[in-house]
Amino acid sequence: MKSRRLFAAALVCSFVSCPILAQELGGTLKKIKDSNTIALGHRESSIPFSYYDDKQQVVGYSQELMLKVVDAVKADLKLLNLQIKLTPVTSQNRIPLVQNGTVDIECGSTTNNAERQKQVAFSDTIFVIGTRLLVKKSSGIGDFADLAGKNVVTTAGTTSERLIRKLNEDRKMGMNIISAKDHGEAFLTLETGRAAAFMMDDALLAGEMAKARHPADWVIVGTPQSREAYGCMMRKDDPAFKKLVDGALARVMASGEAERIYKKWFMSPIPPKGLNLNFPMSEDVAQIFKHPNDRAFE
Amino acid sequence: MSYHWNWSVFLAQVPSGGTTYLGWMLSGLATTLALSLSAWLIALAVGSLMGVLRTVPGRWLSGIAALYVELFRNIPLLVQLFIWYFVLPEILPTGIGNAYKAINPMLQQFTAAMICLGLFTGARVCEQVRSGIDSLPRGQKYAGLALGFSLPQTYRHVLLPMAFRIIVPPLTSEFLNIFKNSAVASTIGLLELAAEGRQLVDYTAQPYESFIAVTLTFMMLNALVMVLMHRVEGRTRVPGYIGGGS
Repeated sequence: MKSRRLFAAALVCSFVSCPILAQELGGTLKKIKDSNTIALGHRESSIPFSYYDDKQQVVGYSQELMLKVVDAVKADLKLLNLQIKLTPVTSQNRIPLVQNGTVDIECGSTTNNAERQKQVAFSDTIFVIGTRLLVKKSSGIGDFADLAGKNVVTTAGTTSERLIRKLNEDRKMGMNIISAKDHGEAFLTLETGRAAAFMMDDALLAGEMAKARHPADWVIVGTPQSREAYGCMMRKDDPAFKKLVDGALARVMASGEAERIYKKWFMSPIPPKGLNLNFPMSEDVAQIFKHPNDRAFE
Repeated sequence: MSYHWNWSVFLAQVPSGGTTYLGWMLSGLATTLALSLSAWLIALAVGSLMGVLRTVPGRWLSGIAALYVELFRNIPLLVQLFIWYFVLPEILPTGIGNAYKAINPMLQQFTAAMICLGLFTGARVCEQVRSGIDSLPRGQKYAGLALGFSLPQTYRHVLLPMAFRIIVPPLTSEFLNIFKNSAVASTIGLLELAAEGRQLVDYTAQPYESFIAVTLTFMMLNALVMVLMHRVEGRTRVPGYIGGGS
């Protein structure tokens, strides 16, 4: 009988959001203090934001910023030997893992947008990208208009996937759109000639290019179809934790530390192959460093 | 957990227009059905042939069948799928490989997944058929031969009709498995049921509604298969045999 009532409660909860449950699990800072552990979510192949290097260590631009946040948490809670628990996440599971408490904060390559804001909170923007195309230099493709009737690959679950499908419908371009599981697989599809172009966030395209067998064969082209703001993801309705995270990021940005981290990952040789992405800082990124904010572009 | 439930998400229009998220799920279900059923036909055909070969006298024929089973049963399904989809076009002669890669990507994904699933399940069906044939008393084969049937005729008229009726229950399991295994096709980008569910998560940030819907659909699909196969089992039951009742 009891289990039946519990089931009914769960069923009711499933149709309306349950604020009582939210309060019980809320308070990320308390959770961190009680367990003396902070759970970080990271990506496995989002070069150069968050990925495994050749020693299977998590590295990258977002990862480094996230560790700055951890330092701030350590100082704030006075936990000298705070334990760090690293959990790899994918585009599919990152939101549920943040919500259910497996991960306290995720800094990778997650776009801050209106739909996601219904489920999670975002920190101040840490990066701004444009969605463009990676093509073979010899292909002669210069912009999106050249893709009519061709095969185009993108990564499943990204804004690029949405934009390219919409473009295809709106302009009747007759493209065949392939949705690959992750960026690595999407690039493999491009490299093996299955697709003529790979549409994705420009910084990630630069990262995939750096992994290619012959990086010089590839080029990033096309008018950006959108701008997107990357942010760190946290549980919703936890203003204390968000304030601490935003504060830590603002300090790093104001002190010029963020610019140094940018140069390290986008303007100098990076693991695993020691290639330089040569991806100069855009005006958008310079602006968010100057005036940190958590606005989404869409 | 502070989750914002919204079951009406299925009725919302998709961003590219023209259909609802429910429409996506249904088209995914159609792909899952088409993929599983066509792969099941391949599995039955190849599995039966190989299963027969495994029991015939002669080292060569049974050796080929044994090799097939070992190869396809011992390599993880996901690895096989990647080999069919990513590796095979590269090791084929360049002309054929490029011609394959030039056809509609959906068709490429579908054929690769169909062949992969068909041959993987075929290896398992093969073992069921072999055990069905082996379970028959040896006298049946000799009786057939003594009556003047050739070996193929003995298989056709005496052994196989009995063997297939005995292995209906284990075949049901394989039939159920093929529906569940078809979800691996989502890893190469085929938009079947699981992939559409995942896509819905990406577009709406409503993972629980989506995964619950996908789970229930797979369960209903398999319940349907179980009912169907139960009927087949009832009709083909050999009177007086194991589990045959009266």
